[in-house]
Amino acid sequence: MTSISSALRIIGIGNDFRGDDGVGVFVARQLRGQLPPGVSVLEETGEGGALLEAWKGAASVILIDAVRSGADPGTFYRLDVLAERLPSEFFPQSSHAFGVAEAVELARALNQLPPRLVLYGIEGDSFAAGVGLSPTVAQSAAKVAAELLAEVRCGTQERAHS
Amino acid sequence: MSGKTIRVKYLARVEGEGALLVKIQGKNVTDVKLNIFEPPRFFEAFLRGRKFSEAPDITARICGICPVAYQMSACHAMEDALGVKVEGTLRELRRLLYCGEWIESHTLHVYMLHAPDFLGYEDSIRMAADHRDVVERALRLKKTGNDIVNLLGGREIHPVNVRVGGFYKIPRKQDFLALAEKLKWARDAALETVRWVAKLPFPDFERDYEFVALRHPDEYPFNEGRIVSNKGLDISVREYDQHFTEEHVAHSNALHSSHNQRGAYFVGPLARYSLNFERLSPVAQQAAKDAGLGAVCRNPFQSIIVRSVEILYACDEALRIIDRFEMPEKPSAEVPVRVGTGYSCTEAPRGILYHRYRLDAQGLILDAQIVPPTSQNQKTIEDDLRDFIPARVALPTDELQRQCEQAVRNYDPCISCATHFLKLQFDRQ
Repeated sequence: MTSISSALRIIGIGNDFRGDDGVGVFVARQLRGQLPPGVSVLEETGEGGALLEAWKGAASVILIDAVRSGADPGTFYRLDVLAERLPSEFFPQSSHAFGVAEAVELARALNQLPPRLVLYGIEGDSFAAGVGLSPTVAQSAAKVAAELLAEVRCGTQERAHS
Repeated sequence: MSGKTIRVKYLARVEGEGALLVKIQGKNVTDVKLNIFEPPRFFEAFLRGRKFSEAPDITARICGICPVAYQMSACHAMEDALGVKVEGTLRELRRLLYCGEWIESHTLHVYMLHAPDFLGYEDSIRMAADHRDVVERALRLKKTGNDIVNLLGGREIHPVNVRVGGFYKIPRKQDFLALAEKLKWARDAALETVRWVAKLPFPDFERDYEFVALRHPDEYPFNEGRIVSNKGLDISVREYDQHFTEEHVAHSNALHSSHNQRGAYFVGPLARYSLNFERLSPVAQQAAKDAGLGAVCRNPFQSIIVRSVEILYACDEALRIIDRFEMPEKPSAEVPVRVGTGYSCTEAPRGILYHRYRLDAQGLILDAQIVPPTSQNQKTIEDDLRDFIPARVALPTDELQRQCEQAVRNYDPCISCATHFLKLQFDRQ
């Protein structure tokens, strides 16, 4: 059981001094202490090179990050990154030059993507310097945390029984 | 007059957020406006009323690429205010930590952001398809920098092991020795990097800049030194505010920094190198000469070579420090609290990063001032474009845009500390 779940790594991405940019990190912190044994949780700023290292060796990776596609704040998405490219409009305002989208596509070009890679993207409202999430984004963060927890528990059980 | 406005998409691969507007009338550049938003203003306000010891961790959050620089400037300023001197091994370990950050930050910029410009690729992902081995070397080299910051900083992003006075914990000697093995490979890879970038095609472009950097009597500068320039400036860090002014310019949300008498100045690798060439280690000096550089470099496009030379120096210096490492008696100097004002300047990968704090008797921050390198380079970036565009004005707009983006990237303008992104707009008339 532990050996199976330890192959799952959850990475919350963002800067919690940049308003809703911190939502990925916020969700990751919500999940700590609630996950099956061995599932690891990391926090990253979204600097692409570090991200490539952060998921190295994991069989399954879930990224959580703020996105800015123009949809209503709080809208969230679940993408299977292996099956589809990250929409380029998701990260028009990454605070990093070589960011999440670049890391994913570079890893794809180098055949270094993890065997399973899922992105939870949450539409942010304000990315201005400041602390705290917008109310709508905070509500979505709670929903994403619950959905993710269900996915992790379910996935862990399925694999344990297979 | 019929005007043509061309809006172009975000300038990717520049960190931060901001916009660049270029107005061209016939063959003349009539206006260049760089507008960069600036989080330090928020942090200066956020720091007021907090304890002096919180400043390194809080300011480290300003930039995802150079957290060590912010921590180092914060620590040195606090130590200046409180009368603390960090010496011996602890001082050396701070240099080692800075080596890690330079390796990470410069490698990212050289390979992932700047090299694709010279080789005609839209980005590093497309470059990786044709130069897989080069990109893999870059990732491994960058990781060596991460490993240093991880070991000593406690965490590679926003390190948490640094404190005013030194560190919370010193790693074991055997951990440093394991790191040295990786650094030996990295030093070779850095030398290969210098040779690789030396062969890139460079536009013929030089300007008579005022280079401003730290200078230390016998070290290539990281944490300490006087602030000097090639135009006669030679001041202590405490005198910074008497010689430089941050001013609001109408078109920008950010403050632009200028020298009180001479205006625009240039900070960063080119300035550091040109003011401190003889303080580089022999292997770095030789690599620079072999790459065709003199002791002074005024072509900002060749900053990619200078960054590579600094990666090589950082690997070499890190190995020197590890070789002489002896476990200090304490991980941190004593830090007595008192009323005071502290100043510091350290060499972030992108250039001098100035911090000033005023503390009350309890060690609470009364006010803070932070001047990041990118706000100091803004005028110079604008001036470069004014000089760069006229000879290229006949180019199709998309090619002109590409070359202007490359000219901006010469400065590795920092994204989170000064900008999120650059939106480039040409207005041709």
